[in-house]
Amino acid sequence: MASWSGWLYVVPALIMYVGFVLVPLAMTVQYSLLRWNGIGPSTFVGIDNYATVLTDPELVGITLNAFKLIIFFSVIPVTLGLLVASVIRRVATGSLGAIARTVLFLPQVIPLVAAGIVWSWMLSTTGLVNQVLSTIGLGGITRSWLADFGLALPAVGVIGAWVLLGLCTILLLTGMSKIDVSLYESARIDGATAWQEFRHITVPSLRYEIGVCITVTVIASLAAFDAIYISTLGGPGTTTTVPSLEIYRLAFGGRQVGLASALAVVLIALVLLAVLPIQRLTREESR
Amino acid sequence: MIITRTEAWSGRLLLVVLMVVTIVPFISLFTTALHPSGSVPPGLSWPADPQWGNFLEAFDQAHMDALLTSSVLIVLGVVPVSVIIATMAGFAIGHLHIRGSSFLFVLFLLGLTLPLAGIIIPLYYLADNLHILDTKLAIILPLIGLYMPFGVFWMRAHFVNMPHELSEAARVDGATTSDLLWKIHVPLAMPAISSLAILLSVWTWNQFLLALVMVQDPLERTMAGALGAFQGHYATNIPLLSAGSLLILTPTLIVFLIFQRQFVSALLQGSLKG
Repeated sequence: MASWSGWLYVVPALIMYVGFVLVPLAMTVQYSLLRWNGIGPSTFVGIDNYATVLTDPELVGITLNAFKLIIFFSVIPVTLGLLVASVIRRVATGSLGAIARTVLFLPQVIPLVAAGIVWSWMLSTTGLVNQVLSTIGLGGITRSWLADFGLALPAVGVIGAWVLLGLCTILLLTGMSKIDVSLYESARIDGATAWQEFRHITVPSLRYEIGVCITVTVIASLAAFDAIYISTLGGPGTTTTVPSLEIYRLAFGGRQVGLASALAVVLIALVLLAVLPIQRLTREESR
Repeated sequence: MIITRTEAWSGRLLLVVLMVVTIVPFISLFTTALHPSGSVPPGLSWPADPQWGNFLEAFDQAHMDALLTSSVLIVLGVVPVSVIIATMAGFAIGHLHIRGSSFLFVLFLLGLTLPLAGIIIPLYYLADNLHILDTKLAIILPLIGLYMPFGVFWMRAHFVNMPHELSEAARVDGATTSDLLWKIHVPLAMPAISSLAILLSVWTWNQFLLALVMVQDPLERTMAGALGAFQGHYATNIPLLSAGSLLILTPTLIVFLIFQRQFVSALLQGSLKG
């Protein structure tokens, strides 16, 4: 019937999407082939910028930082979330569980910028982390965690784990509520231990939800910006610099628009490369 | 389920420990905010003489009134338009099955995982060419575009599941396509629409990178963008920074506690569908 006139309904959304997402995406690719300071004339340099992104030790290190963050932003929240969700299901079905759900979700609600500020204070020289360490007799290892070359990245990772644990827990809990209870009953009759139940019933049934958690958290680590900008600005050195931060710095501070754009294209590609296999794996098996 | 006493108690202990770890940073921020302005208090200690005035001072210094107005204006500029045009597009793609709807759907899906940093550079030059740099429009317009993949995806998922008999019956009664959408389907889609509106409002409120790049004056930014600037100014005055941060994150916490149900379910459905 209204097969073409129906297009009118899509046009406003399409204009905004093309104008502010697809066109900029194409422009990023175009910029990535230039040497340009953002003001004066630009020179076409082909794939030179990409060669720099993929070979310059500092830029490669920055990209690797994003992958290291996956341990904190993704592996820890997902595994801990599985544990916490099973605990809530098994031993805290009452008000404790309900309170835990609300409380653990709180960090997900506040701006990441606020999470960055809160934790900058927690991890500072006079912050609570050091205060607790001194109290339990570990005064020797206290330090300014975010300024420590070796530990700043894990310290930033803690912020991500703190924010993302609640989201994973609640996502997994929703999945668990859909698992057929009779599965557990028959496993119990067969004499399965709690661990065997977890491994052979809970985890396989949650394939889809686990896939979603991994996808969301991996994107959060690769594209991290807010909390890191606030807590360390990428320092000390470039130990906590991640691609998004470097794109911002190169383009708006360093006036290297071409190089920044090449890094942006690489970042977009990395996110897609990381996310697509996870999606395929979880969807094929579960649907 | 067989649950031993050890499992029950160690499980509860784990929950309590994790809740403490989640809450304590907020408490530390709160007690710090009550210490005398300019002092360097320990991480967690109740001050001898709580300086409740710090909140007032931070309110003034951060120009919270101007900030709230600016953030609310940005949310009002982004959310209604985004929700309306995403609903229209989701309706056309999911329910009218217009020609090329599967192509359009895939086209919108492409943007779903796109990191903002990936396109922030051209967005800046685009805003410069449109002469909207340093105005709220430089935040509002790109955000509407950036929300389209998720918004269209979300509304399409709703409209795909609506029975066609409903539309056919209305057509027989002489309803036009526009009647169909606004008079019949939109009222039925209110739960999906309000979830989308809650999600987009919070995402807008918390948006940082776009505000940082597009607008120099913190008072014209989103809440999160302003908080970033506030930290820059008061990095050395920790009690005042803590008071300001608490003031700035309180509105989202209140919204969360009021709309907790819708909020959590919207966020979950959002990520599950994505």
